[in-house]
Amino acid sequence: MTGLVYYSSRSGNTARLMERLGLKALRLPQTEPSPEVDAPYVLVTPTFADGEGRGAVPKSVIKFLNNTRNRALLQGVIAGGNRNFGTTFALAGDVIAKKCDVPVLYRFELAGTETDIARIRAGLARFWAAQEQQTCLTQA
Amino acid sequence: MKDMTQARAVPKAINWNRLQDDKDLEIWNRLTVNFWLPEKVPLSNDIQSWSQLTPDEQTLTIRVFTGLTLLDTIQNAVGAPTLMQDAITPHEEAVLSNIAFMEAVHARSYSSVFSTLCQTTEVDEAFRWSAENEHLQAKSRLILDEYDAIASPLRKKIASVFLESFLFYSGFYLPMHWSSRARLTNTADLIRLIIRDEAIHGYYIGYKFQRGMERLDEAERKELKDFAFGLLFDLYDIEARYTEQLYDGLGLTEDVKNFLHYNANKALQNLGFEALFPEETCRVNPAIMAALSPGSDENHDFFSGSGSSYVIGKAEATEDEDWDF
Ligand SMILES: Cc1cc2nc3c(=O)[nH]c(=O)nc-3n(C[C@H](O)[C@H](O)[C@H](O)COP(=O)(O)O)c2cc1C
Ligand SMILES: [Fe+2]
Ligand SMILES: [Fe+2]
Repeated sequence: MTGLVYYSSRSGNTARLMERLGLKALRLPQTEPSPEVDAPYVLVTPTFADGEGRGAVPKSVIKFLNNTRNRALLQGVIAGGNRNFGTTFALAGDVIAKKCDVPVLYRFELAGTETDIARIRAGLARFWAAQEQQTCLTQA
Repeated sequence: MKDMTQARAVPKAINWNRLQDDKDLEIWNRLTVNFWLPEKVPLSNDIQSWSQLTPDEQTLTIRVFTGLTLLDTIQNAVGAPTLMQDAITPHEEAVLSNIAFMEAVHARSYSSVFSTLCQTTEVDEAFRWSAENEHLQAKSRLILDEYDAIASPLRKKIASVFLESFLFYSGFYLPMHWSSRARLTNTADLIRLIIRDEAIHGYYIGYKFQRGMERLDEAERKELKDFAFGLLFDLYDIEARYTEQLYDGLGLTEDVKNFLHYNANKALQNLGFEALFPEETCRVNPAIMAALSPGSDENHDFFSGSGSSYVIGKAEATEDEDWDF
């Protein structure tokens, strides 16, 4: 139960973070047709907003979430960005959280730090454990 | 005369509907909608706040801003134009021309702050100070030496990313510090516009550097990486001394150095490299972080917060025609 889906543009920061995280994850393509998932997952995405906060979520991520099945399986979002963008720091996470009614689990800058990696790893483990427990409860 | 025409490549008009690299258009679009001028910021609202700074604090602030003006002047007149010569795509050249112009806007903005808040004589004195300051001159020289070395386009990009993403921060610290104490808050708004632009500049030049690296073999890549870390060490040495000179008086030197380490690591990430400074040396004062990205820490995220509650997004700007829902 460690479903992870991520997007990283050709600058590759998010991809480098995911590589260091070392967990199995599906990378969303730049242009090819969007994949469809069949299990619950957490989404990791960078932010590319303009000064007004428009266009924060990458197009590939929007395309992926436009698929209602993918959207239904989304459990939470981890957002990348850069604090130098001020009030729109990691805004993609907030936009997705609001539209899809899921929590923002974490925010990080660029390719993340060692602390970020450790927190994401530990946080995901806890999060999935809690999710699983909930599923057991509702099934019982 | 006829012979000379043979040497010239066929002049080609730029076609924005045929891209070799999608990033060029993406960055062009962001940079152009983000365009701004200093007149947009009501700097005169800072006049009273300025008068509450001590004379030493005022002098420091003017000096820091002349130092920043120098970096923007270099990037406007030399940095971005020299990168244009190395552009791989015509669109990259166009993006760099936008960057060059915005550097002129940045340099011009500091003079708007000066004419709004300061006495001409103080400002003239500070410009003299910056022309004579050994550390400021030393870092400019290191960067300009790379810009002059036309043999290595990728080394120029390394120098340029360090200017954009590292060298500015010894200066940017001060207005963020004032802003965290509710001083010069309009000036801080203007600086945040500059910081946002520099973030895109450092990102884009670093991105083009990474594309260039992909074409090289392992040995060449290693050589460039060694060069980058070496240059960063040299620049850091200068920055550390510049920082002591400026901030010892306010007792802020250690705090500023942490900010420098944090930004140096981010500059390296823009180039696709790993961090250099250990995390325990990068713990930036939370008040400075909050001044940099106001509001973003009010929402505690799930993993680093208490864990029992989390906030569902605060975003308003969810309008994008690509969403189906
Ligand atoms: C044009 C542009 C706009 C950006 N806007 C934001 C932003 O609004 N907020 C933010 O936190 N980061 C912003 N970023 C920073 C990116 O999210 C950051 O560089 C990220 O690491 C890119 O991820 P990737 O390399 O995996 O594609 C922006 C970057 C660019 C180039
Ligand atoms: Fe600038
Ligand atoms: Fe710049």
